[in-house]
Order: sequence, then structure tokens, then C-alpha cells
Amino acid sequence: MELSPFYQELLTSLNRGVIMSVALIVPSAVGGVLIGILAGAIRTFGGRVGRTVGDGYAAVFRGTPLVVQLFVLYFGLPNLGIYFSPYAAAVTGFTLCSGAYQSEYVRGALLSIKRGQYLGAQALGFTTFKTIFWIIVPQAIRRAIHGCGNEIIYLIKYSSLAFIVTCIELTGEGKTIATEYFRFTEVFSIIGLYYLVLVSLAMLILKKIEKGLAIPGFGHQ
Amino acid sequence: MPNALSVVIDALPYLLQGSLLTVGIVIAAMSLGLIIGTFMAVGLVYGNKIVRYLLTVYLWIFRGVPVVVLLFLFYFGIFNFLGLQFSAFTAVTIVLGMITGAYQANIFRGAILSLPQGQFKAASGLGMTDGQAIQSIILPQILRISIPAWSNEFSIILKDSALAFVIGAPEIMARTQFVASRTYQHLSMYITAGIIYFILTWAGVMALRKLEQHVHIPGYSYNGNQ
Amino acid sequence: MNNRHAILKCTDISKSYGNQTILSDVSVELAKGEIKVLIGPSGGGKSTLLQCINCLVVPDSGEITMEGQRIDLSRKQDLYRLRQQVGMIFQDFNLFDHLTALDNITIALRKVKKLNKVEAKERALLELDQVGLADKASLYPAQLSGGQKQRVAIARALAMDPKILLLDEPTSALDPTLIGEVIAVIKGLAVKGMTMIMATHQISLISNIADEILFMEKGRIVEHGTPAMLLGCGNDSRSQTFCDKLNDLSATEG
Repeated sequence: MELSPFYQELLTSLNRGVIMSVALIVPSAVGGVLIGILAGAIRTFGGRVGRTVGDGYAAVFRGTPLVVQLFVLYFGLPNLGIYFSPYAAAVTGFTLCSGAYQSEYVRGALLSIKRGQYLGAQALGFTTFKTIFWIIVPQAIRRAIHGCGNEIIYLIKYSSLAFIVTCIELTGEGKTIATEYFRFTEVFSIIGLYYLVLVSLAMLILKKIEKGLAIPGFGHQ
Repeated sequence: MPNALSVVIDALPYLLQGSLLTVGIVIAAMSLGLIIGTFMAVGLVYGNKIVRYLLTVYLWIFRGVPVVVLLFLFYFGIFNFLGLQFSAFTAVTIVLGMITGAYQANIFRGAILSLPQGQFKAASGLGMTDGQAIQSIILPQILRISIPAWSNEFSIILKDSALAFVIGAPEIMARTQFVASRTYQHLSMYITAGIIYFILTWAGVMALRKLEQHVHIPGYSYNGNQ
Repeated sequence: MNNRHAILKCTDISKSYGNQTILSDVSVELAKGEIKVLIGPSGGGKSTLLQCINCLVVPDSGEITMEGQRIDLSRKQDLYRLRQQVGMIFQDFNLFDHLTALDNITIALRKVKKLNKVEAKERALLELDQVGLADKASLYPAQLSGGQKQRVAIARALAMDPKILLLDEPTSALDPTLIGEVIAVIKGLAVKGMTMIMATHQISLISNIADEILFMEKGRIVEHGTPAMLLGCGNDSRSQTFCDKLNDLSATEG
């Protein structure tokens, strides 16, 4: 079946866009998780200064729209002489925003570990570091995985905002073609399908991971 | 930077008018979502197989596709195709309403499932029809249980409303962009926009917390939801 | 007082939280093989005293000496080493929820005592067998009954070859039907000569295996003596009154 020239062009652009989407999502997801772990740990175990800074970071990046954060990074910082490329602005914005939400899940998971687990380890002579590494973290990961996984799925959807800072991924490509041919319904229905596939795939992977890590009787909050 | 500050102060009334529109979008969308959400939740829990299947597809679509994609799809695509001349405000409200309706349906569904089975049985035992039981017994409880999750949903929709500018609604983001591009004071303007959203979010969450206290039933605890 | 060599000496231990005094100049000594039982009303400081001995709670003042060596309460290394020699059994078991019964025991052997995997597994299976749970080695805490969890906790503590065992109300969180299996294990330890100090409400432990009873109230030891001294017929001691109350309670519980 030969596709019409329109569809050929559409699919070529969209596939190009998907690659850029993935190139945005993967680093942002990894960065977001790392920042989330760091900030979450500081917000749970840190001293007053650490916790205030961590809580402040989370409050700002969770309390304002991602769009605003992207605008500040790409259009605002040049006022201070700092210039981000479109890709760098997008990834930075996604990472910082995602990291704030991830820190919330990490913090919740760490706080949910019963105090008795610490006591049991200490009574056996574990050092503080060993207690955290061998007893607390393995449990916290299982508590956090659902929230953190869902946050990555949100990231897949919010990567669609990259076109706002002129980084053209799936949505950006679609906007260009749809505007040119004025065939919005078709173009964006197909784009919708692309995202549904990405999101559904991610959800399946998350389910597999949760199953693999599951421990009998160890529920997630 | 005195220039930046004066620009911000001059633009503030203009921006705050935009925030009225933003608040309007959020309230309208959340209300629409509430109605859609409760009906869908009831359908998901008590409905037959076909109903549940269709609703699940709806949930899958409206929770899986990004907001901007849905906005473009409906405003430039579907509404146009159907000949509907919706304003950007109306379009955003409808689309956000359908999206939050999907999430709220899931929240309420979880709340219904967390109620002890005996609640519905007792209502039926007293002779209530299913509809009466749902309206008088189930809904009042789950709506209270769901307030924290609803509050979370509210702050998400408030932030998503900022995307309305991509289809031209003259709310906060659109107006900020307008002023910034004319005065070149991008940084201070966008930070101001961020502060406005922050304050709106904070005010909304506080208001919902007050609501939660106001409708609180003494001794009522959230059985399955802890 | 007997002349046996004292393993543990706690002198003038005090602890307060804010303006609430939990422990007030408490002194305790333990000789090898000796078993002391702390009894008394809730809030009397029994739990805090036990947690001060292995410094899970660091005392505000006082001295702790283990086998003649004074423990420097401010040096973390001293505290870690102290805890490797002192075993603790908790009321809430505190088994590691993410590990099987076997791994609960091997993890401390591998990470703290630095045994290799094979040695750790062998020792762990041995200890589990001793408490009668060798067949439950691959189960997780959530899959065990309360009594089984406490027995695993005891096996975990014993695997570290502690010089002293601290037991903080080991049976208080258990269903009455499960208390027996844990008491049996503790009595077995007493027969083998384990040095223990425990807080408990269990009459059979208090009257049958204790070498000395310490009655604690409001952060002080207000009465102490052998069971014979304190719990004879027609005795007027605080301990007797307290034990009578416990007897009444256990009679009504049936």
C-alpha cells in the first residue's frame, strides 16, 4: 500500500521527532532521578540548612508551571548573559522540574521506613552508613519505585513542551506539518497515538520492574 | 535593575487581569472534571462490562496523551471539523475538564473501592435504589475522602492552564509573553509570572484545606486510603 | 553480692528528654552467666536503661564498662564495637522486612563480622535450627507469625556471639498462644549460661530464671534482690505486689 505524499512526509517528520523526544526524555529522566535521590535524601536526613534549601527547591519547581521554568531558562537568562541552546534549555528544565517531584517520592519512601529497622541494624553493630546502604535504601527503593516510575511517565508527556523553547521534537514536528497543510485532526491524532505507545510501553516496563522487586508483605504506600 | 522592576510594576495590572482568566479556566475545568469524574467513577465501579471498557479507553487516552497535543487536536482540529466556534477560553476549559475528569474518575474510583462493602449493603437493605444509595451514602463519603487528592489535581490543572497561551487564550502566560517581547525584560517578567502562579497555587491549596476542615466528620478516618 | 567477675558495669546512668527525667543515677552490674530481670510500671525507665547499655540511646551522664574497659561514649567506633558484643531483642522484633529469615542473620555476619558468604550461611542455618526454624529460612518476615519473628530475632542476635543479651519486653507484642515458644527459647539460653538482662512482665521468666530482680519506678531502682528474698510467701515487697497484679492479669486472660 503506497502512502500518499502527505503521509510519507508526515511519518518521516514524526519519526524524526520521536528520536528527538527520546533524546530529551532519557537524560531528563536519569537526571531527574539522580537529583530526586540527592534532594530527597537531604530533605530527609539533612541539617536545617540542607532541608530548607531542599524544601525550597522542591517548592519552587513544583509550585510553578513547567512552561514558566522553560521560559525563564531559555528567554529569561539571556538577560543575565547566560545562553542555553534549545536542547540544553529543554533538558535542564525537564531535569530540574522532574527532580523536584522525584525528591518528593524519595523523601516519602525514606520517611516510611519504620524506625525499628534503624534500631535493629544499630543493635547489631552496623555503622550509620552501612545501615542506610544495606537496610534502608533497599526498602526505600521498593517504596519509591511506583511514584518515581509514574513521574517518568509524566516526563514523557511533558517532553511535548520542548517546542516552546524551539527544540523540535514529536509535537513540534507535528505543529509544523499541521500548520502547513492545515490537517490538525489527522496529524495530532497520529501524534496522540505515538505518545500513547510510548506511555503504554513505559507503564509495562514499570509494572515488570515493580514485579521483579516485589517482596511478600512489603506494600507500597 | 530599576528598569526591570518598573516594567514589572507597570505590567502588574495587565497580568493580574490575565490571572482572572486563569482562575476562571481552572474553576470551570475542575468543576467539569468533578462532574465527569464522579459519573465515570460510578460507571467504572458499578457499570457493566461494556461501560467499563469504554470508560477505561477514555481514561487511557486522556491520561496518556500530552495536554498540548490534546489542545491542538481539539481546538484546531476536532472543534473546527465539527464547525464549533469555541473561544480559546471555552476550548481550554473543555479539554482540561476532560483531562482532569479522567484523573478524578480514578481518584473517586479508588475512594469508592476503599469504602467498606457494608455501606452499600446497608443502604440497599433499607430499600434504597442503587441510585439513591450512590447519591446519599457513597458520594458524600468519597467526596470527603478525596479532598487531598483533589487538591493535588487542582494544582496540576492550575499549572497546565499556563499552556492555554499556545492556542491564544489571553491568560497569564500570553500576557507575560506580550510584555516581555516588547520590553525585552524577559527574566523579570517570567519570574513575576512564576510568582503569580505560586501564590495562586498556595491560595487554592489553603482554601481546599479549609474546606476539608469545614466538612470534616468527627472521628471519620480514611480506612483504605492511608 | 557474689564475687564473680563482672562483665558489665553501669554506673550512675542518667538520661533526660527536655525537662523529663527518664533515668536518674542508675547503676547495674552483670557477672558472667548472671540473669537480671527488670520489672515495674510502664514509664519507669526499663526500656531506656536497656537502650543505654548498648548506647542506642546515649546516656547524658554515667559510665559504662565492658570487661574492664571503659566505653568512650563520644567515640562512634567505641559504640559500634560495643554493639557487636551486646545483643538486643526488641519488643517489636525489628526484623529487616526486605530480607528472608536466613538473610536477616547472614547480613550482619557478612557486613559487620566480615564472614564470607559460605561461613555466614552455615552459621545462620545453625542458629535458625537452634530456635527450631530451620525450615523457615527462606520466608520473609511478613510470612512469619509473631512468635516465629521473635525467634528469628533471637537467632540473629546470637549469631553475633554476644557476651551479653539485652531483652526489651520480648513477649509483650505477642499473641498469648505464641508466648510459650519464645519463653522456651529464652529458658534454653539461661540453661546454657547466657548472660542476660531483660525487661518483662512474664511471671515464669521473673520467678524461674532470674538471679536478681530489679524493680524500677520513675527512673530509679527502688528495690532489688533475689526472687527468694522478694517473692516469698507473705512477702511485703513492692515486687511482690507488682507480681501479684501480673498474676491476676494473666489469670483473667486465661
